[in-house]
Amino acid sequence: MHLAYPAVLSALLFCTGLYGVLARRNAILVLMSVELMLNAVNLNLVAFDVWLSRTAEDTLHSGQALALFTIAIAAAEIGIGLAIVLAVYRNRGTSDIDKLRDTAEGHEPDGPDSDTTGRAVPGSRTAGEKAEATA
Amino acid sequence: MTTTTLAVLVPLLPFLGAIAGLLLGRTAPGFVRPLAVLPTLASLALAATVAWRQGGHQAVDAVTELTPTGSVPVELALHIDGFAALTAVVVTVVAGCVQIYSTGYLRDDPRYPSYAALVSLFTSAMLLVVYSGDLMVLLVGWEVMGICSYFLVGHYWETPEARAASLKAFLVTKLGDVPFLIGLFALATEAGSFRITRILGAVADGGIEHPTLIALLLLAGVAGKSAQFPLHTWLPDAMAGPTPVSALIHAATMVAAGVYFIARLLPLFEASQAAMVVLAVMAAVTMAGSALAALAQDDIKRVLAYSTIGQLGYMTGALAVADRGAAVFHLLSHGAFKALLFLAAGVIIHAAGTNSLAAMSRMGHLRDRVPDAYWTMTVALLALAAIPPFSGFFSKEAVLGVAEHVVTGHTGHAPAAAGWIVLLAGLVTALLTAAYATRLWLLAFRGHGPEAPDHGRQPLTMTTVLWVLAVPSLALGGFAFRVLPDWFDGHDLTPTLTTSVLGTGVALVGGIVTYAAWRHTTAHAARVPLGAVAAHPEGDAGLVEAEAIASHEPAYGDIAYASDPSDPGRLLLGPLHRHAAAGFHLDALYTALFVRPVRAGASLVRFLDREVVETYVRGAGALPRWLGVAVRRAQTGNLQTYVSALLAGTVVLAVAAVLVATGA
Repeated sequence: MHLAYPAVLSALLFCTGLYGVLARRNAILVLMSVELMLNAVNLNLVAFDVWLSRTAEDTLHSGQALALFTIAIAAAEIGIGLAIVLAVYRNRGTSDIDKLRDTAEGHEPDGPDSDTTGRAVPGSRTAGEKAEATA
Repeated sequence: MTTTTLAVLVPLLPFLGAIAGLLLGRTAPGFVRPLAVLPTLASLALAATVAWRQGGHQAVDAVTELTPTGSVPVELALHIDGFAALTAVVVTVVAGCVQIYSTGYLRDDPRYPSYAALVSLFTSAMLLVVYSGDLMVLLVGWEVMGICSYFLVGHYWETPEARAASLKAFLVTKLGDVPFLIGLFALATEAGSFRITRILGAVADGGIEHPTLIALLLLAGVAGKSAQFPLHTWLPDAMAGPTPVSALIHAATMVAAGVYFIARLLPLFEASQAAMVVLAVMAAVTMAGSALAALAQDDIKRVLAYSTIGQLGYMTGALAVADRGAAVFHLLSHGAFKALLFLAAGVIIHAAGTNSLAAMSRMGHLRDRVPDAYWTMTVALLALAAIPPFSGFFSKEAVLGVAEHVVTGHTGHAPAAAGWIVLLAGLVTALLTAAYATRLWLLAFRGHGPEAPDHGRQPLTMTTVLWVLAVPSLALGGFAFRVLPDWFDGHDLTPTLTTSVLGTGVALVGGIVTYAAWRHTTAHAARVPLGAVAAHPEGDAGLVEAEAIASHEPAYGDIAYASDPSDPGRLLLGPLHRHAAAGFHLDALYTALFVRPVRAGASLVRFLDREVVETYVRGAGALPRWLGVAVRRAQTGNLQTYVSALLAGTVVLAVAAVLVATGA
């Protein structure tokens, strides 16, 4: 198989992911777009590994090994990322990135209890669980 | 144990006691009192053993070098001759009495543990000075005493008087210590050693090329430590500390260190006639001036403070006529009776609730309230006024006798001018000393008026100590003047007839004139009510005293002065009274000469720092601050904006890299 096919496919995947990261509002969709970008890179790694091992007799397949690493790290990253999104959603009632602007210049951080009433907390949870989620 | 081991233990025990007291003070309060009293008493026993074994014979010398220290070696050396052995005994006796007295005096004080530890450290430092045979090691003890006096004088640091007094004591003594240190270095460079024995050997061989310069530099330090004119001003203010501390500082430690230091190095001072005359003038001015000032003080402790300065003047006077035997003899007997005077004054202040003599003279039956203090203080005042057969008589006559010897040309060690100065000033001071001693006694114990508020019975620890000290005040001189020459240089210390008659005569005149003046003025006392009294029937003596000191200025308008028309001192001094009460305005002079220029310099520096340097610093910060404000705008909080910027930057970099790589 010619190298151009996987290369073009991975470029398309990467651009899709990049568009998602830059344009989507939902944090979960942003995370999924990050996954797309990572996997585009994985695809590149595997394709170029195959191509290089054919020409330069690279028998170590370091590209494929690196791809495995990336997958493992991506799994960890998505786990932590989703956990953060979940915690943010429990606290704020939203996972819209545009509304999560606490680090903006001049933003007054409000205490965790100040907007409890305004939250759209799904289901019926006890305060203790909420505090745990916040922590 | 060998004498050397015992002698090493003497300063070491109070030092260890002090460390243990500081460490255990909070965790184990029960151990504080034994830790304060027992090491001091143990070192008293050891010092007595050392003195007994030394016995005034060959000096005990021991030396060890810890580590090579460059050109002039610094060695841990002991040099125990008769002077050192006896002075150490007096130091430990007084320190032991003060420690025992303090357990009663400051029994409710929350800071007693640190206080007792510092007193122990003070004692240990003085013992180090006394026993040390190396001037650098001596200097260590000398400076430790300085810092301990700072802490102890400032014990009641809640009051502004105590804070100011402790700072003053520290700064004034340090002012003398700087030339002292330079003098020590110059001496060691010329003699090639810090060891006292080697230095004295070099002096005997004529190996010191600049004795006058070195002696004058050393004199500055001595004047600071021993409170001699013109560096004596810290001592009257140091009365803001607790009374036992005053007793310790004034009787046996600190102020005695300077006199003792000259006594050790007297041959060096003898090598310079100019230094001896300067010493004599210093002693004369100190003696006469302090006695006049003592006659005008209202605070009972300040009277005693000025009297200490005067008695130290006698000692330096004896040194100026080249007799260290007489000087140290007076040091010993003065140590006993001055400690007694201060400790008794503490009892009186507690019982009367005031430190003002004017207030005490309007109080009835004070002497019935404190019979122990009354009788012992009478003994001590008689000793102070040099009335035979009390111990002060013999030691003071020894000084005057030596001065008379020098005047009549019997010794070649000292210039005759020094002899005349010391003799005349000594006689004038003897008159004034008797006068202020009489005034103190009459005003404190012969008052008329309503009874003082009852502060209960004095603790046994406080009154017993008074009687312990009354014994040497009464009898030390009479027994010692025959024995002491064997311990000292061998000079005869027996009172000579001329000076004894003259000295006792002027003392009696001073006492009688003061009594007559008191008879004349005491009638006014009832007409002018005066006085403020601190009444704390439950409080300990330290609390009463702290309040009395703090209330003296608001009650009488001045810390040393009370406008009391019934004061015999006012009648005797006439127009001089106002100036004498203020210590002849020496403090005001120092304020104008040194304090104000330094303050002005400080405010100039503050102006330069605040207005000039700060402006540059602020100016340097302005540009980065504006840049920061501009850049902060970019921080919107929107994650996707950041990532977009990141992407744009990456693209620009990639394009640039490609362009560079292709060489376009």
